[in-house]
Amino acid sequence: MSPELLIAMLASTAAAATPLVFAAMGELVTERAGVLNLGVEGMMLVGAIAGFAVGLHSGSLLLGYLAAAGAGMAMALIFAVLTLQLQTNQVATGLALTLFGVGLSAFIGKAYTGQPIAAVPHLSLPLLSDLPLLGPLLFRFDVLVYASFALFFAVQWFLTRTRGGLLLRAVGESPAVAHAIGHPVQRVRYAAVLFGGACSGIAGAYLSTALTPMWVEGLSAGRGWIALALVVFATWKPLRVLAGAYLFGGVTVLQLYAQGFGLHIPSEFLSMLPYLATIVVLVLICRDGRTILLNQPASLGKSFHPDA
Amino acid sequence: MLRLERRAQPSRAMRVLAPLIAALLMFVTGFVIFTVLGKAPLAAFEVFFVKPLSSMYGLGELLVKTAPLLLCALGLAIGFRANVWNIGAEGQLVVGALAGSGVALAWGETESHWVLPAMLLAGALGGMAWAAIPAFLRTRFRTSEILTSLMLVYVAQLLLSYFVHGPWRDPEGFNFPQSRMFNDWELLPLLVEGTRVNLGIVFALAVAALSWFFTEKTYAGYRLQVAGLAPAAAGYAGFSEKRNVWLALLIGGACAGLAGIGEVAGPIGQLQPSVSPGYGFAAIIVAFVGRLHALGIVLASLLMSLLYLGGEQAQIDLALPSAITGLFQGLLLFYLLAMDAFVTWRIRRVRRA
Repeated sequence: MSPELLIAMLASTAAAATPLVFAAMGELVTERAGVLNLGVEGMMLVGAIAGFAVGLHSGSLLLGYLAAAGAGMAMALIFAVLTLQLQTNQVATGLALTLFGVGLSAFIGKAYTGQPIAAVPHLSLPLLSDLPLLGPLLFRFDVLVYASFALFFAVQWFLTRTRGGLLLRAVGESPAVAHAIGHPVQRVRYAAVLFGGACSGIAGAYLSTALTPMWVEGLSAGRGWIALALVVFATWKPLRVLAGAYLFGGVTVLQLYAQGFGLHIPSEFLSMLPYLATIVVLVLICRDGRTILLNQPASLGKSFHPDA
Repeated sequence: MLRLERRAQPSRAMRVLAPLIAALLMFVTGFVIFTVLGKAPLAAFEVFFVKPLSSMYGLGELLVKTAPLLLCALGLAIGFRANVWNIGAEGQLVVGALAGSGVALAWGETESHWVLPAMLLAGALGGMAWAAIPAFLRTRFRTSEILTSLMLVYVAQLLLSYFVHGPWRDPEGFNFPQSRMFNDWELLPLLVEGTRVNLGIVFALAVAALSWFFTEKTYAGYRLQVAGLAPAAAGYAGFSEKRNVWLALLIGGACAGLAGIGEVAGPIGQLQPSVSPGYGFAAIIVAFVGRLHALGIVLASLLMSLLYLGGEQAQIDLALPSAITGLFQGLLLFYLLAMDAFVTWRIRRVRRA
């Protein structure tokens, strides 16, 4: 295998992994606060079309990404009001959010189908990007790839090294106790859900402005659900989310290059790989019940209302 | 100041009213959406919700679309009652369509009265087999059936794509990714002249009656309900969780598979790259809006079917994307969940001391 091919594969792996890092890292924070939001796919799709539309009309991708984060948060807010205020079932509400997001994005997106957009540019630093091997390996990605690593460090640092992170985890483990000590359980959960929404929105925008770059109905193709599976696979730990996302990115890319390697498998079977890999990975991690029991936030998916 | 307060007892009135209020709120939001889009709201409303029903053919289409929604939702509801979250009905539907068509294509073009029943059986078994995967993974490895059943939707769709582009493509079909058209004896017989209503709706209604009997009158149905309402009590009573999971998923899969073969051996008439406009997902909404109760689900599936027809009509008459259907579906479920909260909660005005 030539170094050029290897570098190209690495670049496409990073591109495929980045939206997963964003979406899964956001969901991880939400779940660490004890809230299970199954609406990631829906928030991603709405973020994707918001980012695309605003980016196209304003000509500024930065504005597009802000809009995507905002749209993701707006979706998450619906979820938060329903589950946190009105105590609706988190599983059903998350499903509703996804179904709503699929419908809403398809409806808005109709006018944008097939329109071209200038993709997020790749970095080109005067000296660093031109370094012989390191340049293409480290300094030629688009800015979102670096941002996803920054997000990882920020989440890791927040959860393990700050009071806010400690509070968030306390709320996720035992909201009743956190409430009894006088912590604002609801506010923490709202913030966590909204953060997850913003991350999912950005993940969606990355799909429509960097990975594909265009709008197609349902372009997330289950990535939101894969992100949800990644959080379980990662046993709710940021570093494992990052590693898992790159593992999945690798599987996606493998499928693109498999035919180049002379593998004559129908493309449909190769396209199944990420979904089958998700199932296999879930089985591996869930096989031992203790792994999940020990790591899953204790109140995950359970409603809590301070007045009841 | 307003605050939420738990009712002393769940409100029976709200339980019945919630879906109706939700549907009403959806209609109101529809008005707003039409106005915002610059369409005359009343006229648009008429196009969307009335015009599809104003002809015999339209009424027939309503039933044609109700059948798969009803079948899928009935199967899902049995699982949801037991907290088994099968959200992969769409995939089970696709595999049902594949398995049933496989029987017809393997049998060949010789006429026989046994082909159609065999196709239907294969469809139900195919859906069952697809649902058995998440059931096995959940009972054996504790893997969340939500994620696995959903992943299998994508796998099923790719499998369908492989078969219609590859081995099952009609050699005389000008290279279109389609199977051959099914013959008369391979199709569900039509019931009403001048419409596309076929035997599928009768099957769906029969399954509705069966599901009512199963959930209300049998011990197995009771065990599923206890498992959903009070998992701890079910455990103490010695009800096997594994058996419940298997039962719920297999029933759900069989219903969705039957819906799938009903589509290809009904309105579609051949295998295509897409055999469902998301019936399996819409059925999740139908199950909730129908209160997981057979009669409610029949009514909810009629409403959902109307949303599909309205979307198509709006595309023709108003030049609105038919994706508006999905928007309404999502809204309906949101409103229902919000209204549901008021079954156990009420709003009270509290004066600040």
